[in-house]
Amino acid sequence: MIEPTIFELSSPGRTGVTFPQADVPAFDLPEADLLRGDLPLPELAEVDVVRHYMALSKYNYSVDGGFYPLGSCTMKYNPKINEDTCRLPGFLHTHPLQPIETVQGNLALMFEMQEWLKEISGFAAVTLQPAAGAHGEFTGVLMMRAYHQSRGDAKRVKMLIPDAAHGTNPASSGLVGFSVVTIPSDARGNVDLDALKAQCDDTVAGMMLTNPNTLGLFDEHIEKVIGLVHGCGGLMYADGANLNALLGIVRPGDLGFDVMHFNLHKTFAVPHGGGGPGSGPVGVAEKLADFLPTPLVGIIEEADDENPPLYGFVTPKHTIGRMKAFHGHFGGGVVRAYTYIAMHGGEGLKDISQYAVLNANYLKARLEKTYRVPFDRTCMHEFVMEGRFEGTDIRALDIAKRLMDYDFHPPTNYFPLIVHEALMIEPTETENKDTLDRFADTLIAIAEEAKTNPEIIKTAPHSTPFGRMDEVKAAKELVLCCWLPEEQ
Amino acid sequence: MTYIPISPAERDAMLATVGAKSLDALFDAIPASVRFPKLDLPPALTEMEAASLLDELASANESVRGDLVSFLGAGMYNHYIPAVVDHILRRGEFYTAYTPYQPEISQGTLQAIFEYQSLMAALTGMDLSNASHYDGATAAAEAVNMAFANFRGKRRKVVLSTSIHPQYREVIRTYTQGIDLTLVGDDSAADLQASPAALIPLIDANTALVMVQYPDFFGRVFDYTRLIEAAHAQGAFVCVIANPTALALFKTPGAMGADIVVGEGQPLGIPMWYGGPSLGFFTTKKQYVHKMAGRLVGETVDTRGQKGYVLTLTAREQHIKREKATSNICSNQSLLALASAVYLSVIGKSGLKQVANLCYQKAHYAASELSKLPGVGLCFSQPFFHEFALCLPKPVAEINAHLLEHGILGGYDLGQDYPSLKNHLLVAVTEMNTKDEIDSLVEVLKEALND
Repeated sequence: MIEPTIFELSSPGRTGVTFPQADVPAFDLPEADLLRGDLPLPELAEVDVVRHYMALSKYNYSVDGGFYPLGSCTMKYNPKINEDTCRLPGFLHTHPLQPIETVQGNLALMFEMQEWLKEISGFAAVTLQPAAGAHGEFTGVLMMRAYHQSRGDAKRVKMLIPDAAHGTNPASSGLVGFSVVTIPSDARGNVDLDALKAQCDDTVAGMMLTNPNTLGLFDEHIEKVIGLVHGCGGLMYADGANLNALLGIVRPGDLGFDVMHFNLHKTFAVPHGGGGPGSGPVGVAEKLADFLPTPLVGIIEEADDENPPLYGFVTPKHTIGRMKAFHGHFGGGVVRAYTYIAMHGGEGLKDISQYAVLNANYLKARLEKTYRVPFDRTCMHEFVMEGRFEGTDIRALDIAKRLMDYDFHPPTNYFPLIVHEALMIEPTETENKDTLDRFADTLIAIAEEAKTNPEIIKTAPHSTPFGRMDEVKAAKELVLCCWLPEEQ
Repeated sequence: MTYIPISPAERDAMLATVGAKSLDALFDAIPASVRFPKLDLPPALTEMEAASLLDELASANESVRGDLVSFLGAGMYNHYIPAVVDHILRRGEFYTAYTPYQPEISQGTLQAIFEYQSLMAALTGMDLSNASHYDGATAAAEAVNMAFANFRGKRRKVVLSTSIHPQYREVIRTYTQGIDLTLVGDDSAADLQASPAALIPLIDANTALVMVQYPDFFGRVFDYTRLIEAAHAQGAFVCVIANPTALALFKTPGAMGADIVVGEGQPLGIPMWYGGPSLGFFTTKKQYVHKMAGRLVGETVDTRGQKGYVLTLTAREQHIKREKATSNICSNQSLLALASAVYLSVIGKSGLKQVANLCYQKAHYAASELSKLPGVGLCFSQPFFHEFALCLPKPVAEINAHLLEHGILGGYDLGQDYPSLKNHLLVAVTEMNTKDEIDSLVEVLKEALND
């Protein structure tokens, strides 16, 4: 049975959670023309609400439920302890504008997190304020602009972005007024050095590079790429989406990058929450530190023999300003990621990346005889293969849907754009060999089905509670709301 | 502690399949000079030790549940969250899922967001809502981007009321520094006693957007109908930043004619969490749906004829439009949108009215008692909801320090942002504040004045 909406379940006069009577004398409300009429919210009992959302939860695939090899999304297991630590009452019920003396626990944690992220990435300073990866990118690009402007170098308006990049990179650049120049990839999946050279001039603001890139490949000429961009006065932005491949392996700051966003919800096990909230701290090299958003957490009074340091807020000298109200995604983002890093230490973080890379290479090795892998070299934490077979019209989308029948979440598909019928697979380090083998066996079986019974793939999924959705109808009819306002 | 479920024997078998000698051998592409840095981090903790460390940090704070009695608001409010909300949020099916790109196996998230969109449209009196933004301030900044993009750069002025939350105005300034746009109306010398009509002379044919807050930063409730009519007469959009709890009681911005209604969703079942994460809601009129940023869930049917939901109008988004997108948003605050949907469902029509009414009554009791103190008065005479500006005969910092000694978190010092409001305290009262707490606030404040 399909679960009705919460409005359809409503019945006038039912009540759920109620509140106490007022314990103060009554005060008159303002005049009626300042008050609202009907409040068209649903009316249900608590049990109705619980049954409803439980029913909905069962329609979802999740990491707790199974393998989620979604490329570039790092759908790793989310440790349960993080759910408990981030809900400690001292974190949950503190107000962002409380006097700093009353929130030293929060501030100490934030300060230490800034320090840890600096150490992990090799950057000089870190802000925890950005709310998500795309928000971090926007922050970084604004800082790049501010840096050039502060040097009277306003002619730098060109942002170089490889063709394999996430869509957020060009979108973030566009928001700041930069014009985007696309740089092609070469035959081995690296940045095409000649194409890059041709663009390097004194109008380059910088380059946004995902490394490893969205093909899961570490650029073999990374030092040359960075050297070329720096050589013409540009800044290097690292998209940290793929940082899960690099923990304890190499620090983007050491490679020469100037700015990078972290995705705490990918690399540091903050759950994805069905699409958010994320958390997107940004690290920068020394020359950009003065441009960071305000405020940062700093030490206001140094520790002495009797007292711990007093933590408080500081404003960078040439700050770009505030990226959001208050202090970033502290509770749901930073506290969970802090717990995770504290439990791993330096060696533990390196293990994460090593096993993430091992798992990806293992799956690639098991699949590359059946599916074409266009850039065939050792991959990092993910790889891209083509979801198509000679002599059939089976597409990546069909394979993705068929995987659901075997109780797997499909890989990312049709991205990156430079691979035909792309299937982008990122297993993460938190999957065991049995799961990886079962997944590889299933994909090999689907390849066999493509020959013997293609129809079953094209009409998949069959065993899920819902079939393929009519997306054209959704976009055409635009029913976005089950409560319809009365005509005014 | 590790979460890697691979034994040494399994690792070796996998390395053999891959054809690599060791784990380290997988990283030959990385320049040797910077490969395998030793990270200087504290030694790894077990779960037991981590739990204790985090407990220690959390306990070093003074929370507003147990340690302090709070009258601090200014954009985040201490409301009761029914137990049901977190029990639903803790379902792994919800919190460990990704963005619902595969609708066949994501209907739980999709329907929950669709319901959230419906609830927010109902609450604000608007036609439709997106799936949410990061917070109230960034939702307001997205409204500016939407209005600017709508006029394709032909209108380059945005009128901001000075009684919008100062941090929201800061965020809008940060967001728009790369585009040629003038922000007017919010200079710190503006007359704070003036009515919203004072903004009308600033609106002209170059104005893309007029933005006000409801109730405003000082808690005042104005009917913006006339201002909105004046803006529309010039062809400008109007965005109202609204407090969602207040909308249970007061006329909706939709009924006033607003084009966009945004706001901070934290009061709807989301803990303060030292400022985030929460959510920013964004609602608008039907005719602007294609201009709106952010995720959207729409209803449709599947191949079996069943009603279902999908992410829709994705062609507006960054992964399709790339540098031509008017927003780089690629996520929403899905889990917190779920929290707000559960909150609004479980307290329902009568519960939200009760909360709003309790806030109103208790705040008015507090205002009435506090303004009886000698030298203390209400700064403004307009109707207010659950927050009000109090004029004091002493610096706010001194008063707040005294209150804190007595375990009371006083209000927000308005002099920080408004030079003309030196010695003005912004006090917030919610359903969480008992009469006894309010009485003790009055008592301790009286002491502080006599000190």
